[in-house]
Amino acid sequence: MTETEESNEEVEEKTEEYSGPTSYGVPVTESHDQVVLHPAPAQLLETVTLLKEDGFCMAIDVTAVDYLTHPGRKDLPEGLNPERFEVVVSLINHDQGKRVRLRVQAGTDNPTVPSLFDLFPGTEAMEREAWDLFGVVFEGHPDHSRILLPDNWEGHPLRKDHEVGRIPVQFSPEVGRH
Amino acid sequence: MTNGKELLLGEPERVFRREESPVLRLNEEEANAAIDETDALDDDHRMILNMGPSHPSTHGVLRLMLEMSGETILRSKPVIGYLHTGMEKTAEGLSYLQGATNVTRMDYAAPLFSELVFSLTTEKLLNIDVPPRATWIRMLMCELNRVSSHLLFQATNGMDLGAVSMMIYGWREREEVLRFFEKVTGLRMNHNYIRPGGVAADLPEGWREDVKKLLEIIPPRLEEYDTLQTNQPIFRERLQGVGVMNPAEALALSATGPILRSTGYVWDLRRHMPYLAYDEVDFDVVVGTYGDCFDRFAIRLNEIRESLKIIEQILELMPEGDYRIQNKKVTPPPRARIDESMEALIHHFKIFTEGFHVPEGEAYVAVESPRGELGCYIVSDGGPNPYRMHIRGPSFVNLQTLPHLMEGGLIADGVAVISSVDPIMGEVDR
Repeated sequence: MTETEESNEEVEEKTEEYSGPTSYGVPVTESHDQVVLHPAPAQLLETVTLLKEDGFCMAIDVTAVDYLTHPGRKDLPEGLNPERFEVVVSLINHDQGKRVRLRVQAGTDNPTVPSLFDLFPGTEAMEREAWDLFGVVFEGHPDHSRILLPDNWEGHPLRKDHEVGRIPVQFSPEVGRH
Repeated sequence: MTNGKELLLGEPERVFRREESPVLRLNEEEANAAIDETDALDDDHRMILNMGPSHPSTHGVLRLMLEMSGETILRSKPVIGYLHTGMEKTAEGLSYLQGATNVTRMDYAAPLFSELVFSLTTEKLLNIDVPPRATWIRMLMCELNRVSSHLLFQATNGMDLGAVSMMIYGWREREEVLRFFEKVTGLRMNHNYIRPGGVAADLPEGWREDVKKLLEIIPPRLEEYDTLQTNQPIFRERLQGVGVMNPAEALALSATGPILRSTGYVWDLRRHMPYLAYDEVDFDVVVGTYGDCFDRFAIRLNEIRESLKIIEQILELMPEGDYRIQNKKVTPPPRARIDESMEALIHHFKIFTEGFHVPEGEAYVAVESPRGELGCYIVSDGGPNPYRMHIRGPSFVNLQTLPHLMEGGLIADGVAVISSVDPIMGEVDR
C-alpha cells in the first residue's frame, strides 16, 4: 500500500503547488466561454455542495472520457496530474443562466469518484451509465449496476482499449424466464 | 425571470431516499428470487410483475419491473438497454461530416434536434459562425419538428388512454409535416439535413406556400383535439391528479422539458439561454400548475401552438443569403466547381475521404428538444473524428421520474404516466 500512499502524496503536493486561478477552491479554466472546474476526486463532493448552495440547482449531465489514446491534453491547468479517466459533470444555474463543468481526474487503473446521489439524485442513471460503459466506480451509489448492457456483460465498451466488434453478441438463455 | 423563487418549490425529500424509495433497486437474480418467494396468499399480496419490453403502451422497448400490492404499484424500475447499439462508440469512428447521420437516429421522433446539437457543438469547436439564413432555416425545421414530435405524442398518448381514433388523427397531421420534411431533405426521418457549417441544401422552391398551408391545416385540427381530449370528462378523469411531481423533485431528478414545466417551473432554454435566433422571435413558455399527467399533456398541445407562432414569424424574418458557410475546409465545394478547379477537387476529396480536422478541445452545447435539454459533449484531439462524443438524452434522464410518478398509483395509471413522460427509446438507449 505504500505505493498508493506515495502517489496520493504526489497528487496532494501537485495541488498545493498550484498557483493559477481558482474558483470554489479548485483550479479553474475556461473552454469556449464555459467555466470548467478541475477538482480532485476527494474535493468533488465539497465543490458540488458549494456550487449547489451558490444556485447551481440541477446536475445536467455526468459522463466520462477515456484519454488512453489522446495525444495529450493541453487544456488542463498547469500542475494538474492528467489521468486516463476523466469524469465530466455539468451543472446549471437557472437564476443566472450559467453553466459550469467539472472535470475530475478519476484515476488510471481503478477510476473512482464519490457519487453525487445525495446532492442530486438525478445523477443515479447517468452514473450507472458511466460505470457500465467506462468502468468508473461511484462510491456511495445506491444501485451500482449496469444500465444499458446486460448484468453479465464483460468489459466496458466505451474504453479506448475495447475495440469495435471485439465481442460477439452475447445470449444468455439461463437468465430469461419471463 | 420569474424563476421558481417566488414559487413554492415543495419538498424534494421523496427522491433523495435510499431506503423505502419508490425506485426498485433489484437486479435480475434478486427479482427472480423475489418472484419465487412471492406468496399470492400473503396479507399484503406483494408481487413482482414484469411489463414489457414488448407491450403496446411502453413506447418501443421500455421494460418495467414493478412491485405490486394487488393492483397498486409500490416500487418500480425501468429496465433499459434493449435498443443499445453503442452509438457513442460508433461516433468515434465517423468523421464530423458523417456524425450527423449517426446522431439523427437517436431521437427518431425529433431527429433534427440531435443533428442541430451535434452541429452546434462541432461549430463551437471549429470557432465558426454559420450564415444567418442557415440559422433561420435550422430554426424553421426544428420548430416544425417540435410540432411533428408533439403531434406524435398526441397520437400515442391518446392511444395509450383508449382514445384510439386520436392515434389516427395525430398521425395524420404529423404526416403533413413529414411530407414537408421529405420535400426539403429527401427523407421523412433521419434527415442528415443540419450539418456542421450550415444545412445540406437550401429550402426548395415553393417552401413558403407549403409552410403556410401547414399553418392553415394544423390549428383547426388542434381545436378538434381539444374537443376530443382536453374538454372531455373521461379523458380528464384519467389524467388529472395522476403522476404528480413538485418542482423541487423535478429539479433534483434533473428532469427537463415538459416534465419540469408541468410543475409550474418556468424553464425553457429557448427563452432563458437563447441559441440560434430565438431571442429575435416572440413566443410564450407554456407551464403547468399541478405537475400531473394532464399538465404534461396540455403543455405539449399548447407548445404546438407556440411553435406555429414562431414559424409564422420565421416566414416573415427569413433572411436571404447562403445556407452554409463558405469555408473550403468545412464545406464541400459546389459540384460545378470541381470540373473547373483542381483545388476544389482536392478539397472535395479531402472532405469526403479524411474529413476536416477540428481543433483540440472540448465543448458542451445544449438545445431545447421536445423532450427537454438535449446536450452534446464532444472532445476533440485535433483529428477528423471526435475523440469522444456524448449525447445527454433528455428521455434517458427523464425516465428516472417514472418510479416516483407511478408510486402508489394503479397499473392503469402507470400506463398514463409512461405516456406522459414521452420517452423515445432510441435516445434512451443510444
